Amino acid sequence: MKSNQDTTHFVAPIEETPLLATDAVKTDQAPLSLWADAWRKLRRRPLFIVSAVMILVILVVAFFPGLFTQTAPNDNCQLANSDGAPSAGHPFGFTFQGCDVYARVIYGTQASVMVGVFAVIGVLIIGVTLGALAGFYGGWVDSVIARLGDIFFALPLVLGALVVTQLPFFRENKSVWTVIMIIVLLAWPQMARLTRGAVIEVRNADFITAARSLGVSRIQSLIKHVLPNALAPIIVLATMELGVFIVLEATLSFLGIGLPGSIMSWGNDISAAQSSIRTNPAVLLYPAAALSITVLSFIMLGDALRDALDPKSRQR
Amino acid sequence: MTTSDVTITEAGTPADRPLLEIRDLAITFNTSNGEVKAVRNAHLTIMPGETVAIVGESGSGKSTTALAAIGLLPGNGRVSGGQILLDGEDISHAPEKRMIELRGNTIGMVPQDPMSNLNPVWKIGYQVKETLQANGRPSGPEDIAKVLSEAGLPDSHRRAKQYPHEFSGGMRQRALIAIGLSCQPRLLIADEPTSALDVTVQRQILDHLEGMTSELGTAVLLITHDLGLAAERADKVVVMYRGQVVESGPSLELLQNPQHPYTKRLVESAPSLASRRIQVAKEQGVEAADLLAPAAVARAADNVLQIQDLRKVYKLRQGLGKSSDFAAVDGVSFDVLRGTTTAIVGESGSGKSTVAKMVLQLEKPTDGKILFDGVDTSLLKPSELFKFRRRVQPIFQDPYGSLDPMYNIFRTIEEPLRVHKIGNKASREKKVRELLDQVALPQSTMQRYPNELSGGQRQRVAIARALALDPEVIICDEAVSALDVLVQAQVLNLLADLQSNLGLTYLFITHDLAVVRQIADHVCVMEKGRLVETGSTDDVFDAPQQEYTQALLNAIPGAKLMLPPEVA
Amino acid sequence: MIQFILRRLLQVIPVFLGTTLLVYFMVFALPGDPIRALFGDRPPSEAVIAALRQQYNLDQPFWVQYGLFLKNLFTFNLGVDFTGQPIAATLGRVFPVTVMLAIEALVIQAVFGIGFGLIAGLRKGKIFDSSVLLASLVVIAIPIFVLGFVLQLVFGVYLGWAKPTVGTDVSWSTLLLPAFALALVSFAYVLRLTRASVIENSTADYVRTATAKGLSRPRVVMAHILRNSMIPVVTYLGASLGGLMGGAIVTEGIFNVPGVGQKLYQAILRSEGPTVVAIVSVLVLVFVIANLLVDLLYAWLDPRIRYEK
Repeated sequence: MKSNQDTTHFVAPIEETPLLATDAVKTDQAPLSLWADAWRKLRRRPLFIVSAVMILVILVVAFFPGLFTQTAPNDNCQLANSDGAPSAGHPFGFTFQGCDVYARVIYGTQASVMVGVFAVIGVLIIGVTLGALAGFYGGWVDSVIARLGDIFFALPLVLGALVVTQLPFFRENKSVWTVIMIIVLLAWPQMARLTRGAVIEVRNADFITAARSLGVSRIQSLIKHVLPNALAPIIVLATMELGVFIVLEATLSFLGIGLPGSIMSWGNDISAAQSSIRTNPAVLLYPAAALSITVLSFIMLGDALRDALDPKSRQR
Repeated sequence: MTTSDVTITEAGTPADRPLLEIRDLAITFNTSNGEVKAVRNAHLTIMPGETVAIVGESGSGKSTTALAAIGLLPGNGRVSGGQILLDGEDISHAPEKRMIELRGNTIGMVPQDPMSNLNPVWKIGYQVKETLQANGRPSGPEDIAKVLSEAGLPDSHRRAKQYPHEFSGGMRQRALIAIGLSCQPRLLIADEPTSALDVTVQRQILDHLEGMTSELGTAVLLITHDLGLAAERADKVVVMYRGQVVESGPSLELLQNPQHPYTKRLVESAPSLASRRIQVAKEQGVEAADLLAPAAVARAADNVLQIQDLRKVYKLRQGLGKSSDFAAVDGVSFDVLRGTTTAIVGESGSGKSTVAKMVLQLEKPTDGKILFDGVDTSLLKPSELFKFRRRVQPIFQDPYGSLDPMYNIFRTIEEPLRVHKIGNKASREKKVRELLDQVALPQSTMQRYPNELSGGQRQRVAIARALALDPEVIICDEAVSALDVLVQAQVLNLLADLQSNLGLTYLFITHDLAVVRQIADHVCVMEKGRLVETGSTDDVFDAPQQEYTQALLNAIPGAKLMLPPEVA
Repeated sequence: MIQFILRRLLQVIPVFLGTTLLVYFMVFALPGDPIRALFGDRPPSEAVIAALRQQYNLDQPFWVQYGLFLKNLFTFNLGVDFTGQPIAATLGRVFPVTVMLAIEALVIQAVFGIGFGLIAGLRKGKIFDSSVLLASLVVIAIPIFVLGFVLQLVFGVYLGWAKPTVGTDVSWSTLLLPAFALALVSFAYVLRLTRASVIENSTADYVRTATAKGLSRPRVVMAHILRNSMIPVVTYLGASLGGLMGGAIVTEGIFNVPGVGQKLYQAILRSEGPTVVAIVSVLVLVFVIANLLVDLLYAWLDPRIRYEK
């Protein structure tokens, strides 16, 4: 009754299905560490190339503004030029006060970049340290740091900055550094949370247990094994935050509670441009464009880094 | 509408026409490294009501072939050649609409991992209901309960109102079987349906599945990595290797008379079919009787480890300040003889890994003693503990997780030497090279990173790292469980070789009794934190004293096939 | 579930106390005369200063001051502003406007963010996906006050589709333009989060199983992919309220919307410290409560959370 059933014993020709060594080590490619692998991927991403080049240019402008304009931004302001149209040597035109917009945009770069860079450094120092300790040791250390973070978290950035800037100390010593301090004070919990999560994820990996059974001390295993493996998301967030902090500084300056008016910055210029926005939108648009392009560069870089460092995209 | 379709085709099917026939199937994946052929020239035939198993290691294309049959290839995969005939209809390129008609009603599926295959946000009952609805079947509460209770879930009305996370692994798998069979498909694809479960649960569920499918007359395509399980459950076995079918035929025929070299190796190394301890080359002349007394090799009655009345109690938080005690390990005592292998066997939750962690001094016992070389380890000072670490080393289960992905292989193996300040740079490098030789890895591996190595290679690196400090005892915590059968056999052989060459003592933690048989001299069987049986491996396997041990032994897939002469 | 709510409530209380204490401590526990310091170099009339002294109980020990401050906060006894007007009355007038604006912005960012994110996630790697992703980066990079001005200029002034400023004429339609500007802040994040979540869930085992059960594609997408992707998105929407409040200050300023943000903005411009602190405290309270509600919504979306010990 099962006559037509396929009961034949089939064997594939051995030439067509040769046995391969179960375990061959690749020798054709150069060894790939996580970073080498990420770099190899990044090199081919247009998003990375574009953002890296833009960031390089921005950094050069920030540190050597004199290379890009002969016009000193404040000296030649003449009310005769008020809201003047672009002319030779003054490609972006003039502000209400008759200052050269192009020169102000160039010289405004430094403040924004400084705030971004130093605020991120501060956030990294505080956030990563506290986050790593909380995640690695757990227990009461974790509880205290987590609750502290929750308290700052419940204070939205701009609102918190509003209160802090009302303090006499900050009101009387307005400078780039006070703005940086305010940002670090309010923004560290996010970095701490991220680090804590990343550390907890790595902490329970078998290779940490293996290291401990080798006799590696807890603090050594945190520094040598846990942190390097938790670094990728931290780098991504730091890059993105650099952009976010530049926006925050500009927002505070726009509201009149950020950088003092004497410091040239895009936020201050945009704030000053409000009055003439309908008659001369260029005064607003150029610093706004410079600000947006700078922020975009950092956010694009962070995005490219995220893709390249994503452990899921790595072959196992 | 679909119901009528099925009846028509059913009526028109001659009993001898295959239900599913796969002819010269080729499947291609588009990857970042270009096109990869995952399956080539695959062919198999399933008659109505028949059970056919595809056996292969990971990456052999067995699951891919099965997924193609239900039209569920991942987005970057496609059928690039051949035919998939379901009742004579080629469905290899059928439109999605037709596949939706077939899925559930005509082809059902029971997936592999019960933990991830139920949607955590919907109640079990809802997940059954939407299956019934989508296939145009009655889906009232009674119907749902009936489906669940048929799959062996008692109290099914209440169960239907629960969420997946309130179910144990075995219960979830039963729910998935209930869903897969709820619309009485003619073909059920079971993709490693029980590999994530404990052996005893595995057996119950497979028995139940077999009962249900034979009652419904459902044909089953069983995907498994376990040749023993395949031979026990299926009428026919198809062996796949690197995307190709290398051999197929009736189960017993294939087991007794494997023709293709790959199948031969698979039959030789299938742990569930092996009945002997691995014999190391230089011991091979020795009589089997001597193997039962390995103490002859080591010094007499030299207990390197003595575990005495060990207990570990965890506090379980029950919310709002309440907590209860949970004894993960409860009064465990046994000795480990120098130069031998002692296995601790148990299912998940038996406390076997907790014992390993306490022996490694990674967890403190609540009660009881661990004597190492006669010294109570709980009394070790930090500096002595540091020295203890040189003498007792672990190898873990997951070869992906146990190596730091940021360290290359040289740094990984060198780390213990550096931590213990042994030798200078040159002598350490020499030692690393020697260690790589010992674990049979080429020295060029040194510059590689873990992600560039296969699972077996990583486990060799983990072994080399464990050996770097010339330890006396190695704790293997499920050290081979994550490896493919052939690789597993190789690593077990390597461990046996190293033991005889270096006089190592192994404490082998595993859930897999078949592996125990291959490597252990003594066995401790654990259940729910307690030691239920100890003895020499042969005694325990030949004459288990406890019911639980018997149940474990019976649950080994292919256990009944272990007696070649009678079968032949 | 009840246990979960209780536990969350217990967790919220210390956070709220800590945050208000932080705000209060920074302003009132520092050396010097806080009232004069808060007004900087533009001291108000003596009458106002006297009223403020009484309001903040500066003659009492710090903890009593703080306790009375909390009591005042919960009874909406917020003191008087620069001109002697009670702040609570002003807030009562402007609060509904800001709530309308926030709801409109939240709906816009949720609908567009989730919609575009879902489509992009389902078409991962296609042209729609890449262009939406790039556009979202650009939106993230442009600060809200620039976006606000640009929208005002383009739609209000050049195209004339909407009134460039709202003024006293508050309605859902006049608020649409400022709500749009406000929504753009978090819209891109909602989109990217939804997209990432959809991509992750699309490859989940239970989605494949759902397809294998014979469900139609729309059903798989709605009941399994989208439903599960909402879990992180809802959490983010809650957190985005904080950004929305900060953004409201800017948008209400630009579009002249008579809401809380504008009052706050004016208080900042006039260096009215006490008014700023009072309004910020109320907003923190709103933010904490809103996040509590979001947590409950989260527990409703993800049954696993409810049963955690």
